[in-house]
Amino acid sequence: MMALPARLLKSYGPLIAIGLIAYVLLGWAPGSLSAFRLGNLGKYCALALASMGIGLAWGRGGMLVMGQGVFFGLGGYAMAMHMKLEAAGPGNVPDFMQLYGDGTMPSWWEPFRNGPFTIVAIIVLPALVAYVLGYAILKRRVKGAYLAILTQALAVAFATLLIATIKQTGGFNGLNTFTTFFGHNLYDPEVKKNVYRIAAGFVVVFLLILWQLYRSRFGELLVATRDAEERIRFLGYDPANIKLVAFVVAAVMASVGGAIFVPIAGIIGPTNVDAAASILLIAGVALGGRSSLFGPVLGAIAVGYGRSALSEKFPTRWTYFQGALFIVVVLLLPGGVASVGSRLKSVGPKLKSLLPSKAAIADVEHAQAEEALA
Amino acid sequence: MNVLTTPFLTGTATGAILLLAALGLTLTFGQMGVINMANGEFLMVGAYAAYVTQQVISSPGISIVVALPMAFVVAGLLGLLLEVSVIQWMYRRPLDTLLVTVGVSLVLQQLAQDIFGAQGDPVMAPSWLGGRISVFGYEWPHRQLFTIVLAVGSLAALNAVLRYSPFGRRIRATVQNRELAETMGISTRNVDRVTFFLGSGLAGVGGVTIALISGTNPTLGTSYIIPAFLVVVVGGVGQLKGTVLAAWGVGVVTAFLTDWTSGSWAQVITFALVVIFLTVRPQGLFTVRTRSLA
Repeated sequence: MMALPARLLKSYGPLIAIGLIAYVLLGWAPGSLSAFRLGNLGKYCALALASMGIGLAWGRGGMLVMGQGVFFGLGGYAMAMHMKLEAAGPGNVPDFMQLYGDGTMPSWWEPFRNGPFTIVAIIVLPALVAYVLGYAILKRRVKGAYLAILTQALAVAFATLLIATIKQTGGFNGLNTFTTFFGHNLYDPEVKKNVYRIAAGFVVVFLLILWQLYRSRFGELLVATRDAEERIRFLGYDPANIKLVAFVVAAVMASVGGAIFVPIAGIIGPTNVDAAASILLIAGVALGGRSSLFGPVLGAIAVGYGRSALSEKFPTRWTYFQGALFIVVVLLLPGGVASVGSRLKSVGPKLKSLLPSKAAIADVEHAQAEEALA
Repeated sequence: MNVLTTPFLTGTATGAILLLAALGLTLTFGQMGVINMANGEFLMVGAYAAYVTQQVISSPGISIVVALPMAFVVAGLLGLLLEVSVIQWMYRRPLDTLLVTVGVSLVLQQLAQDIFGAQGDPVMAPSWLGGRISVFGYEWPHRQLFTIVLAVGSLAALNAVLRYSPFGRRIRATVQNRELAETMGISTRNVDRVTFFLGSGLAGVGGVTIALISGTNPTLGTSYIIPAFLVVVVGGVGQLKGTVLAAWGVGVVTAFLTDWTSGSWAQVITFALVVIFLTVRPQGLFTVRTRSLA
């Protein structure tokens, strides 16, 4: 039996860490960082939201989802359409439609004038797409590499489609030049700070959600499905349903990330959602530690920061760095940075096991005693 | 007739390139469970091999004949290097090989860009590839026919190796049952290496034909890797006939869809069709029968 404080620490320790992250992101950063740095951190937070979804689906569920950019894009474009219509004013058509098209708006844009509808769409739209796609492929036991390739193909198709529909989605340039965010002037520094606070707040909220999810029965079932799908099936569960839930939740997380990315970055385009963008998200998750609670968040922020720092100084070096990151991390440290601690810990017992432990000595004595009796 | 023959013939040529790219994938995936995302970059390497050969031998007619074996060997050796340096450590973690090879493909693309520049370079086709033949009223470029001939030739050679050579027998044995093959004295490690060499080399040959049609480009592989994987997924893993049928099918279907809609919609619809196909036949067109549960 562990002592009570130790047990409490084991159960609620992550809560302290989440509190610490909340303090750094919400308490410290807005007052201490310059507006430019804060905006960058906000972008990384938005990407971290998508990464947390990948952590859930890939780290805990064993589904390597290589197309999270699609769901990031669904949320991002929904938000961008709303802001674009807000900028155009009631009854007016977004500027690029007059530029590229004949000035008429497709009918499916119209509902996005409505703010509450947009917010609902940011949640429901990716959930629906993920459910239909996930149902089709998970129920037929498509998994592993097949799933990874299909999701990546989805990202490629999505980006191609966006580029092709320039009159409806802005094409390669995407949607940009927004003025207001739900009625608040985006050029106001205080509004910018508040938008950042929303992004950082979502990071904290998602961490709490994932923490509870990982502790729950569902979290255990998900890990069990990842490690021994057949056994779970023989126990009477349907692994497809378990994975489907993780897949849909991951999609919604990415979508929320995309939605909050747009007012911070001021743009969303095919390059934010294509296969390369999706792979960049995975790089962060792999670096931080795919199956840990905090790994994906910290990894996403580290990769985002590293990318802007490196590509400012050496534009082409970033690609080498990203490639090397994949090779080194996946080859040598598959658990990511989060696993360094437990790896070091596992060295200790191995050393100890070389010496006879107390339990082993007791066993031997016990056996000798039995022999003596016989 | 042009409405039908044009997309059919162009699609068959695309299918031939996809086949060359997919053969290596299906071999390594079927035999080792390795997903090689860098295979698209071996196409790129093949294309640049053709370009470099042409810088040395200026006559297009001779250089293309030299370029084909050159591309095969260079891309194959690069594949071998990849296997020895990285992949051999990861056979127990197939999903992770996918990520590692994504990293490798990023590095290779950037290397090509640093060496040859971000702009693509043209590769001159010999004069006997410049002409066209009339097929049912469609003026079919010789290059596309050449691509098909090359793909069919490579396929026949690969098939002959797999079927009749002692080495091919060892590959087939390893695919069917690795442990049993090992107990019969086959060095499956050597088999793996040579399979990797063959698969990468075939992609290199495919790269030469791409260079003849559209020149070289550092990112040329990225547009082929996903369709090639879809071919592998549809065809079923580890089977040549499935890959051939799927490559042809994907090529022709995409060409028809491009004709009816546009290039981008064709990509989206093809993807949707593949997903629908997989819900009907998750194991692909043909599979090697195994007793494993998964």
